[in-house]
Amino acid sequence: MLALLACVLTLLIASALGSKPLIDTLMRLAIFGLYAVSLNILVGYTGLVSFGHAMFFGFGAYAFGLLMQTGVTSLPAAALASLALSAALALIVGALCIRLADIYFSFLTLAFQMLLHAVILSWVSLTGGDQGLQGGIPRPRFLGINLADPWQVFVVTTVVFFASLLAIRTILQSPFGYALRMVRDNAPRAAALGLPVQRYKLAAFVIAGLFGALAGILMALYVSGAYPNFAFWTLSGEGMFMIMLGGIGVFLGPVLGAAIFLLLNDTVTRFTEYNGMVMGVVLLVVVLGLRQGLLDVVMARLRPR
Amino acid sequence: MNLDAFAGCLSSASCLITQTSAGLIIGMLLFLVACGVTLIFGVLGVINFAHGAFYMLGAYLALTAYQLTDSYLAAVLCAAAGVGLFGVAFDRLFMSRVYNSNVLMQLLVCYAFVLILDDAVKMIWGAEFQSMGMPAVFALRPLHVFGGLVPPFYVFLVAVTVAIAIALGGLIERTLFGKIVRAAAVNRQMVSALGINTSLLYASVFGLGALLAGAAGALAAPVRSATPGMGVSILIESFIVTVIGGMGSIAGAFTAAVLLGLVRSFGSIGFPLFTDGLMFGLMVIVLLIRPQGLFARGSA
Repeated sequence: MLALLACVLTLLIASALGSKPLIDTLMRLAIFGLYAVSLNILVGYTGLVSFGHAMFFGFGAYAFGLLMQTGVTSLPAAALASLALSAALALIVGALCIRLADIYFSFLTLAFQMLLHAVILSWVSLTGGDQGLQGGIPRPRFLGINLADPWQVFVVTTVVFFASLLAIRTILQSPFGYALRMVRDNAPRAAALGLPVQRYKLAAFVIAGLFGALAGILMALYVSGAYPNFAFWTLSGEGMFMIMLGGIGVFLGPVLGAAIFLLLNDTVTRFTEYNGMVMGVVLLVVVLGLRQGLLDVVMARLRPR
Repeated sequence: MNLDAFAGCLSSASCLITQTSAGLIIGMLLFLVACGVTLIFGVLGVINFAHGAFYMLGAYLALTAYQLTDSYLAAVLCAAAGVGLFGVAFDRLFMSRVYNSNVLMQLLVCYAFVLILDDAVKMIWGAEFQSMGMPAVFALRPLHVFGGLVPPFYVFLVAVTVAIAIALGGLIERTLFGKIVRAAAVNRQMVSALGINTSLLYASVFGLGALLAGAAGALAAPVRSATPGMGVSILIESFIVTVIGGMGSIAGAFTAAVLLGLVRSFGSIGFPLFTDGLMFGLMVIVLLIRPQGLFARGSA
């Protein structure tokens, strides 16, 4: 209900103001917000620190773009097919990665992501190599929706964003979601209570990969293309950065983090080309100073123990 | 995929020699980086994700030192010492604050430093590729071995790395410091309870790992061009090395690094598109059959 309200409100405000830069900013926020929230399913709720989440973002974008370029699938069919492929990828990669604990898991996910990045770069005939997917992504009409129109792309993105948030929220509030928290807090105990811990981890990995790929599909739709840096390790790092900024323990923390990150990055980029330096220092201050995200701090104040 | 070229290379002695020597030097550099990663993880229980950036720093420091002094020896020593000191400072000032935090915090601190170091290098040395060129000492005619050409620098690089590997093995297996390091890998609290200064131990292990990465960067400078962000690929490959060889095993790291180097150099002839896939395939097979790595004692 709240999600529906927020969705309508966002659309109303955006249509009332109707400025192009605002819509662009909101689009990017929706895409990266969804990306960060999907990563937080793993990092915040399951305790799996994935450093390769951009793998699914990039894979979703490329799968969707390539399917649309074949010209035989309709847009929703291509999106669904890309999601199914991404889930299959997450199943395979996840099955391998969850065999390892903690830091090994992080590195293995990172390694698989860089494998995908290397494949994208070297399989030039399919992916266009470092130039990215060429020729744009065709957007045939479906169900009366014309995605050649930027406004309609924005509406679709916003609706998908809020619907996904609602879906993720529902999953995390279900008994399954609470089982994930238990796996995070005390895996041996969960196992002793008869919970198939590895299967829960794998399920969380696939769900996170699915929504990460959805964010990638929205991105491909937005920029009408797919580029190798969608699957580069820095995007995975940025995802963790966003989560850390906004707050790990709060559901909407990553969205706030994505907003702060985009704002900060845009501002810094305007003044200096060395934005990595500035962002790195900000990150150090947050990690070593606050030791938690902004919403975590706020929530801790609101709920004194 | 070019299997004809691959078969042709396998049947020609000169190509075999050339590719083997190229593979060996890739393996040597990988080993130097990987054994730092594995040492630090063994003793401190953290993975230094910024280790690739240390390697990059070593290459750039060597570049500048070489331009200033014209001596390659000075360049290598300067890079190793400089990066080693930087590693100690990094550990004491930043990493030591997140030893007991979760993996996320450790990764983020390292990630922040990768961003900062990449940009610092860009600021100081510029974003373009930079090449040291072959130092004058090694600008000799290549050696002819069974018709294959082997640059003298390759021989030097392999000899130096093997010497370092043996010295490192001796340090870990034969000395008191090595005994403490091995003990800390098993039980850190107990080592601390026995009155060993663990802060000093952690700083020196971190410094040693950083020093090796710096040396690797300096040794790579004549054969690779230096570029900001060059650290990430060697970091990931050295991680694959430690998974295949087994975390904490120097001998394992050496074997796996040589194996990976050979896969890289021969793969680039036969199936350039799938070289990365082949390395990952090796890693996946090891993970499935022997998750603790080929050379690790006990279980992971």
